[in-house]
Amino acid sequence: MIKTNKKTPKNIILSLENVSISYGTFEAVRNVFCNFKKGNITSLIGPSGCGKSTVLRSLNRMNDLIPNCSLKGTVLFDGTNIYDKRVDAVEVRRRIGMVFQQPNPFPKSIYENIAFGARINGFTGDMDELVESSLKKAALWDECKDKLNDSGYSLSGGQQQRLCIARTIAIEPEIILMDEPCSALDPISTLKIEETMHELKKNYTIIIVTHNMQQALRVSDMTAFFNAIEYEDGDGGKVGYLAEFNSTKKIFNSPKEKTTQEYISGKFG
Amino acid sequence: MSRNIGDKFFTSLSVIFALIAILPLIFLVTYILIKGGSQITPELFTLEPNPPGDDLDAGGINPALIGTLIITTIASIIAIPVGVGGGIYLAEYSKGGAFSRFIRFGVNVLAGVPSIIAGVFIYALIVSTKILFGSMYSGLAGGMALSILMLPTVIKTTDEGLKLVPNELRYASLGVGASMYTTILKVTLPSAFRSIATGVVLGIARAAGETAPLIFTALFSYYYISGFGDLFYEMGSLAVLIYNFALEPYDAQNKLAWAASFILVLSILSVNIFSRILAAFTEKTKRV
Repeated sequence: MIKTNKKTPKNIILSLENVSISYGTFEAVRNVFCNFKKGNITSLIGPSGCGKSTVLRSLNRMNDLIPNCSLKGTVLFDGTNIYDKRVDAVEVRRRIGMVFQQPNPFPKSIYENIAFGARINGFTGDMDELVESSLKKAALWDECKDKLNDSGYSLSGGQQQRLCIARTIAIEPEIILMDEPCSALDPISTLKIEETMHELKKNYTIIIVTHNMQQALRVSDMTAFFNAIEYEDGDGGKVGYLAEFNSTKKIFNSPKEKTTQEYISGKFG
Repeated sequence: MSRNIGDKFFTSLSVIFALIAILPLIFLVTYILIKGGSQITPELFTLEPNPPGDDLDAGGINPALIGTLIITTIASIIAIPVGVGGGIYLAEYSKGGAFSRFIRFGVNVLAGVPSIIAGVFIYALIVSTKILFGSMYSGLAGGMALSILMLPTVIKTTDEGLKLVPNELRYASLGVGASMYTTILKVTLPSAFRSIATGVVLGIARAAGETAPLIFTALFSYYYISGFGDLFYEMGSLAVLIYNFALEPYDAQNKLAWAASFILVLSILSVNIFSRILAAFTEKTKRV
C-alpha cells in the first residue's frame, strides 16, 4: 500500500478523521472522529438508523458495492488513507476481513470454504494445516473435523457463522470486522462466538457492531455509541453521529452523555 | 343463486378456452408423429435427398440433419460467449445507469425482431458482399443469422440467473479479498450455472427450428457435408428441407418433408424437456 506521512500513535491501527458517509443525497452519518486500538475489541452500539453498520462497512470499503454511496474524510489504516485513489479496495479487504450479519458460507465444502480465500490470495503453504488451524481458532474444528468435505450448508446457523469467521481468519487479516454476527443465532451459538472472539483477540483487532448491549459489555474493551439526530433544517430526516467513545466500562458505568445513559438503560433504541 | 350460476359459467368458459389453447399443440404433435413417424427408416439418416422427380425414391435427410447441427453449433459459438458476457455486464458490473438500461431495452427489442429480418440483415452484411473469403450463401452465414436470434435469450437468462444469486455470496467472496473478476468466475457464475444453461438450451431450441433466416443465408444443399471447407458453401438444414420439399408436387419429397418435421419437432421437444429438467434441478439446489 502507499504510505503517506500522516502520523498516528503507534497502538492505533485504524482511525477515522472527520468521516461523513452519504447514500446519494441522504447523509447517513456525519463527522465521525474515532481511533481503534490494536489488539482491542471495539463495539459499535446505537439505535437503528444511526449509521453504525454504515461506518463498519466503510472500514474495508464494502460500501463501494452499494451504488451511490460516497464518503468524505479520511480512513487511516497503517498510515494510509484507504480511500486514496491509488489504493486497491481488494487489497484493503484482504487485510481487513469481514464477518456478516447472516452466515454466508460459499456453496462449497467446509474445506473449500476456507481454502478459497487463501488460494485466491496466493497462499502456497500447507492447505490442510491452514484449514485445521483456522477451524481451531474459530472453535469449530472438533465439530467438523470428520466432515470437511460436506457442504458448508450442512452446518447449523451458529456453526456456519463460525465457519465464516474461520474463513476470514484463514486470509490472515489484521482487523476483523463483524456486522451483528450473532443477530441470527441462538444464545448458545452466540456464547460460542463470543468465546471465539476472546480467543481471537490475542492476534487480531476486532470491531463489532451489535444491537445487544450485554454482548458489547461482555466482549469489548472499547465502545462507541452512535446516535441519530434530526437535521437542523428539520424535515424529519435523521443523521447519525458518534455520540460517545470510551472504554466499555466507562460507557456502561459512567457515561458522559445523557443520551448514552438513556440508551444503555433501555429508554430508547 | 344466480351469482353462483354466473360464477360457474365463467369458470367453465375459462376451462374451455384453456383446452382450446392447448389443442393446436396436441393436434400438431400427434399429426406430425403419425405422418412423419411412419416415414422413419434407417436410410433416412444416412442418405442424401434425391432431386425431385416423378418416380424416384426421395432418399434421406443426412445433409440437412448434419447441417442443422453445424449451423446451430456455429450460432451457439457466437451467441453464448457474447450473450453470457453481456449478461454478466448487466447483472454484475452495470450500476443501473442509462447505458445498461439502453442495453436491456435493446435486448428486449432484439427478442421481438422477426427472424426473417435477422436473415435479411446477414444477407446484406455477409452474403451479398461476399465478405467471407468470397463465399456467398454459406453455413457460416446461417449460423450468424441464428446467433442473432439466440442472443437475447442468452443475455436475458444470464442476467436474471445472476441476479438470483444472493448478494451475501458476493460480499462473502469480496470480503475475503477476492477481486470482482474472481468473485464472478469462481462464485457467482457457478451458482447461476444451471439457470444460464437452461437459457442457452432454450435459445438453441429456438434457433434450430428457424427457417426464414436460413433461406437468406445458408440456402440449401442436397449433398453430403464432407469437410471443413463446406462451411463456406450452401448448407442444408432440416427447416429449409421441410420448406423446400413440402412445396414439391411429388409424393416422395412430401413424405421426406414429413419425416424431417418429425425429427425436428422431436429434437426441439426433447431439448425443451431437457431444459425443464435442468430448471427443476436448479430450483431444488437453491432450496438448500
